Amino acid sequence: MTQADQSLAEFEATLKAHAPQLIESLQQGRFDEAAQMFNELNQARNNGLYQEVGKLTRELHNAIVKLEMDTCATGGDPSPITDATDRLSYVVEMTEKAANRTMDLVEESAPLVNYVSYEAQSLVADWQRFMRRDMNAEEFRELVRRIDQYLQRSLSDSSQLSQNLSEIMLAQDFQDLTGQVIKRVTRLITELESNLLKLVLMAGQVDRVAGIQHDREAIRAEQEKKKQEKEPSHGEGPQMHADIREDVVSGQDDVDDLLSSLGF
Amino acid sequence: MKILIVDDFSTMRRIIKNLLRDLGFTNTAEADDGTTALPMLKSGGFDFLVTDWNMPGMSGIDLLRAVRADERLKHLPVLMVTAEAKRDQIIEAAQAGVNGYVVKPFTAQVLKEKIEKIFERVNG
Repeated sequence: MTQADQSLAEFEATLKAHAPQLIESLQQGRFDEAAQMFNELNQARNNGLYQEVGKLTRELHNAIVKLEMDTCATGGDPSPITDATDRLSYVVEMTEKAANRTMDLVEESAPLVNYVSYEAQSLVADWQRFMRRDMNAEEFRELVRRIDQYLQRSLSDSSQLSQNLSEIMLAQDFQDLTGQVIKRVTRLITELESNLLKLVLMAGQVDRVAGIQHDREAIRAEQEKKKQEKEPSHGEGPQMHADIREDVVSGQDDVDDLLSSLGF
Repeated sequence: MKILIVDDFSTMRRIIKNLLRDLGFTNTAEADDGTTALPMLKSGGFDFLVTDWNMPGMSGIDLLRAVRADERLKHLPVLMVTAEAKRDQIIEAAQAGVNGYVVKPFTAQVLKEKIEKIFERVNG
């Protein structure tokens, strides 16, 4: 039983104990006595209330300190959310750099591979002529010169390609750094959620102690209405559970099927 | 044939540009949002539009609607290339007049097929 529950229980016990006396006084017409008892009960309730509010204020203060928001409110350190935002911007930046670097290396390597393949194709034709002895001496000398050039180019190009491939491998190092950052942000968010949950629970206690009742149904209905009013074309970004969600397609084939079934 | 590529991520624009180049389309231009793309399209010269959906200023679906509402642009072939995969959205895009819809991640083969299909229809 929480502290709040305990004091409420005490108050309820006091109320129960005084109830028969109160009823008797009223029935006997001893209104002064009854009024006196009402006052005492009221006092007991107020004292209980003050104690509860005091406790809740202390707990609220603790929660705020844990959320590290008290320093931000006074313009001090950046809040955890600002920190998380900065970290995620860093992730976007790193992944963009890595993607561009990898594409640069691929674009550098493509012409090298094209040359090797193109030149080999043309050499093969002439080489076969030579094999069929369908070549004169001068043509043969030209062929030799071209093969020599090709071999040299191949050597230097393959070494360059090897290097490019290594660098492409290295460019993937972002994943380790971004992975760490994302894990940290996940921890921050989880902590934030649990602290917010405590606040919500505390709000519930305040309601109880003060005797306030919120129309939960009405609040929920209002939220639903707001959600519907949001633009229907508001995107959701990449889907993570396409395989289990029914309102989402799970691949290009699904898209094509959907469109053709509608006559598009 | 001049193609406009619209996406708020520069890496995606680069990938699509390269794929188009591999398919023989070397005359391409880029925009990072619907708001920058629309004036480019209005000033003329484009034969094809490839656009993402989610963009901060003007989204792809709004760009599509603006294109279809413009007297000179309404017949411009539009291909959407996007991560948005909800059925409702795909239907919405089709109803707004999109000519093709490719979901990310996609392959070079898929992009090629969709582009060829669009031009078959346009020329047919």
